[in-house]
This record gives sequence, C-alpha cells and structure tokens, in this order.
Amino acid sequence: MRIAVASGKGGTGKTTVATNLALLAAQEGRSVAYVDCDVEEPNGHLFLKPAITSSRPVGRPYPQVNPARCTHCGLCGRICRYSAIVCVGDKVLVHPELCHGCGGCMLVCRRGAITEVQRDTGTLQMGAAGAVQFVGGTFHVGEAMSRPLIRQVKQAAPDAEMVFVDAPPGTSCPVIESVQGADFVLLVTEPTPFGLHDLKLAVAMLRVLGLPFGVAVNRAGAGDDRTRDWCRAQGIEILGEIPDDRRVAEAYSRGIMALEAVPAFRQHLAALLARLDQAGAPVPQVAAR
Amino acid sequence: MKELVVISGKGGTGKTSLVASFAALAREAVLADCDVDAADLHLVLEPRTIERHAFSGGYRARIKPGHCTACGKCEELCRFEAIRFDGPGNGIVERTFRVDPMACEGCGVCAWFCTERAIEFAPVVNGEWFLSETRCGPMVHARLGVAEENSGKLVSTVRANARRVASERGLGLVIVDGSPGIGCPVIASITGAQLVLMVSEPTVSGLHDLERVAALARHFGIPALVCVNKWDLNPEVSARIESWAEAHGLRPAGRVRYDAAVTAAQVEGRAVVEQQQDGCGEDIRSVWQNVVACLRNGTE
Repeated sequence: MRIAVASGKGGTGKTTVATNLALLAAQEGRSVAYVDCDVEEPNGHLFLKPAITSSRPVGRPYPQVNPARCTHCGLCGRICRYSAIVCVGDKVLVHPELCHGCGGCMLVCRRGAITEVQRDTGTLQMGAAGAVQFVGGTFHVGEAMSRPLIRQVKQAAPDAEMVFVDAPPGTSCPVIESVQGADFVLLVTEPTPFGLHDLKLAVAMLRVLGLPFGVAVNRAGAGDDRTRDWCRAQGIEILGEIPDDRRVAEAYSRGIMALEAVPAFRQHLAALLARLDQAGAPVPQVAAR
Repeated sequence: MKELVVISGKGGTGKTSLVASFAALAREAVLADCDVDAADLHLVLEPRTIERHAFSGGYRARIKPGHCTACGKCEELCRFEAIRFDGPGNGIVERTFRVDPMACEGCGVCAWFCTERAIEFAPVVNGEWFLSETRCGPMVHARLGVAEENSGKLVSTVRANARRVASERGLGLVIVDGSPGIGCPVIASITGAQLVLMVSEPTVSGLHDLERVAALARHFGIPALVCVNKWDLNPEVSARIESWAEAHGLRPAGRVRYDAAVTAAQVEGRAVVEQQQDGCGEDIRSVWQNVVACLRNGTE
C-alpha cells in the first residue's frame, strides 16, 4: 500500500508522522519504504538518518542551437510557450531554467539545428535506515520546477508492503505530483484556523484528483474544535489525534524520532497505523458533499 | 518604494503570524499574500474585497472528440504522459484520445502537430486575485484554482499589483508573505525585492531549510535578515542558527519566544501584537524595529 502524507499548511507534522509511521511499521516486521518527495526542503533524512548507498544526479533536457544550421526562421520561438527559446533578429536565446522539456522546438526545426542536452537540477539518493528503505531527492537551489525530480523520486521507490510518501506543503503542482499514484492520502493538520483553512484546500484538491483520504489531527488540544466539527460535517474520517506535547516538539528539535523518546506518542501512532490499515483496504470512499 | 519579503524554507515556522503583526505595526504599507496555494493572511486581516480579477497563467490542450481520428500522433509526441486513449467514440473511430488536464503542462505540441486540427489550445483561468481593504491597510491576495499550475506567475501578478497600489497611494512599503520551499513561487516572491526576512525555528529541520533558503537569497543577491521563532524550544539550536547566520553574512533580526498567545490570537482572528503588549508581542515589536532599521539603512 502506498500512503502519501500531505497537508495544505506547512509545519503541521507531515515528516514527523511519515518517518515515525515508517519506523513503527518496520518494527512490526513489515517491509517498509520512506520516500521523501519534499525535494525543495527535504527533512526525512535528518530523523531517519539513513545510510545512503547510491546517489545520482537527475537531469532535465534543454535545447542547444547549432548556429551553423540555423536560418533564423523563428519557428522554435513561436512554438515555445515558456519563453525558454526566444528569437531576436539573427540570434536565438535559450533560457534553460524556463524549459519544460516538451521537445517542441526540436520538432519544428526543419534544419535539425536543435538538439537536446541535459543539465543537473537535483540528486536522487537511495539507502536504508535500519529496516526502512529510503529514497529521497534534493533539488538544486535556484531551480524553479521540481515536478520532474519528484517524478523520478517516486519512480525509484522500491516495492514494499508499505510505502510512505512524504509530500511538500501546499496544494499546487509539486504536491499533486507527489500524491498521484498513492492508494491513500493521509492529511496531517493542526486544529488552528490556518490549519483548517489549508486542510479545506487540500481536501478540495484530493477530491478533484479522486484520491481516497483521511485526516490526522496533530497537536490536538492546541487550538479550537472547528477542525473536528468541519471534518464531521463533511463526513471525513479522522484517523487519529496526536495530542499537543512539548516533549514531541523537543525531540523533533534535536532530530530524535519521537517514537523512541515519548511513549505516549508511540501509542497514538500505533492507533493511527491500525486505522490506516483498515482505510487502505480497497473500499471505494464515498465522496462527501 | 521598498519590498520586504518574509520567507522560511520550512513551512509552519510562523511567517504569516509575523506578517500579520508587521501589518498592524507598519501603517503606510501594502500587504501582499504570495503564498497563493495556501494563503492564510486574510484569516487574520479580514479583508473587504474591492476588486476581483480572473488570472490566466497558461494554456491547456483539449481534444475535440468529433474531430479526432485516433491517429495517435499526439500521444506519441506528448512528453508529459497527458494523452489518454479513453475518449468517447465518434462516427470515424470507436475510441478517441483525451487530454488529462492534471498532467497537461500547456506546451501546445499536440495541437501544433495535429493534422486533423482536432486539438483546441486556449488560455485557462488558473485562479483569481483580489485587491482588498483591511484594518491595517490595502492588501493584494490571490487564490490559485483547485489543483492548478502557474503559482509563480500568480505570485508575480500579486506583487506587481501591490507595488502599483503602493505607488498610487504614495505608500513606501510592500510587505510580502511568501510560501514555504525554494521553488518557483518563492523565486517569484523574492526576485528584485530590497530585503528578505527569513523566519527560522530552533529545530534540525529549521536550520537545514534555512541554509537552503539563505542560499537562494544569496543566489539572487538579495540582502537577508534572520529571525528565530519559538527560540526557547531549544536555546542551543537557536544559538547555533544565529552563529551560522552570522558566519554567512546574514544579520540577526532577533528572537521570538514560544508562546501559546500566538495560537490564541490566530483563533481570535487577531494579530499577536494587537492582543499582547508583553511576552512574544514585545519580541515581535523588537524584530519589527530591526527590520525597519535595515530597510532604512541597508544591511551593511
């Protein structure tokens, strides 16, 4: 079962929940993989501390123009929707960081003046943290489009009984790429107005994508009851509530797995994992209105 | 006119809570919420919207089932696996091709090369942006459509309109609430700004993510300040963050203590400094004074 752990709002505890669930499931004797798709700000490795066994650059294509063959017809500039290739007089300017790699410029060039070359935009790491298999990506600073790297990270995920995909915050393209292909999405939220508002956005996104999901409320008791009330009114299952606990925050601040440091946290997480097992069983979820 | 951008790398470090307080303290500033795919500033500032505009950031392809001959050229050329062979039949073929709008990146290659002219390629509305009045001044904000792309272009639209409003009204400052991460919306938030304030937290991930977002600010040559929020959660890591920042030419903007009053203010729909004079309210005021001094005198 592939479970994506996501949230609209940042800092609600996605990485805490995803890494600890992975470790707990592994301690129960299951085959487990943790996949860090938050390639802009990957943090899972700070807690799982995996031994990295392989690391490779992940490239993206961009066009290179051979001036000897170019007749300045301007077709490449006309097909490009991203201003990645621009024709000005007898010059063709290429902006690699804007290129989506659609290949259009190469296809329209009648003179074969355009070829594709690769440049690094990030790295893919694989390894293991004890019994947890680890896959993660790190996006180069200054790059704009993380979606292709996230795709590669997902594709590198090993076959395991349980795969936990740690998604970036938000609700736009990197998040969509991270959750697509999951059997179930666990939305981690906190019971605050910001947490609830962004949870609503994440739920709207998952309904458009048609993915089954449930909610875990982290830091329960820290804010108000509106999150619980809203989920109930929407018919959204709350699969777990993890109480607000300064000891968990302190363990997190040091890079220590909360599972090992706070016994009460282990109990709450075990209950959440059991509920996920039920939720992940292939029963179509009725879309709530 | 100057632009201050508040970012963090890591999510949930307190950007929006700080920006709401800055809004209450600043006066004479335009607010711009550039966290367009999870905007929250309006929950505190309760904007009254006076202008509403559709936003179109790109194009999308659509196959007209009546014209498709199922030749498969589009599927062969699409690099984004956005063409599916599950469209309705027509008088010519039993099944047609269809574009998955979630996967389509709007490159237009399919439409360009379709010999049957069966593919429409038109601008799509990706979201909306608003100009509003709040108790703390004008605010430009936006909402990216559900599961839409082009957040970077929407961020640029929000910033450009915030600057326009500032110059029309003779206001000297735009305060930008950024999004987490280091990718396209963050790049669109900071390029060309005068000052970045990075809000960190004393955790191993807070420091790790700060290092990356600081590298991004340096990459674009934007002066930056660092503030440690919830510093007393782990004083030792807070000190480590500050010494790291200093060693990398980043000026400290101060510390804000961990205080339940921050969540309480959010639940009340108020900025922290509107609710609390002492405690973390005092800390935030002091951070704001440091930011104002840097805006006035530069970070040198």
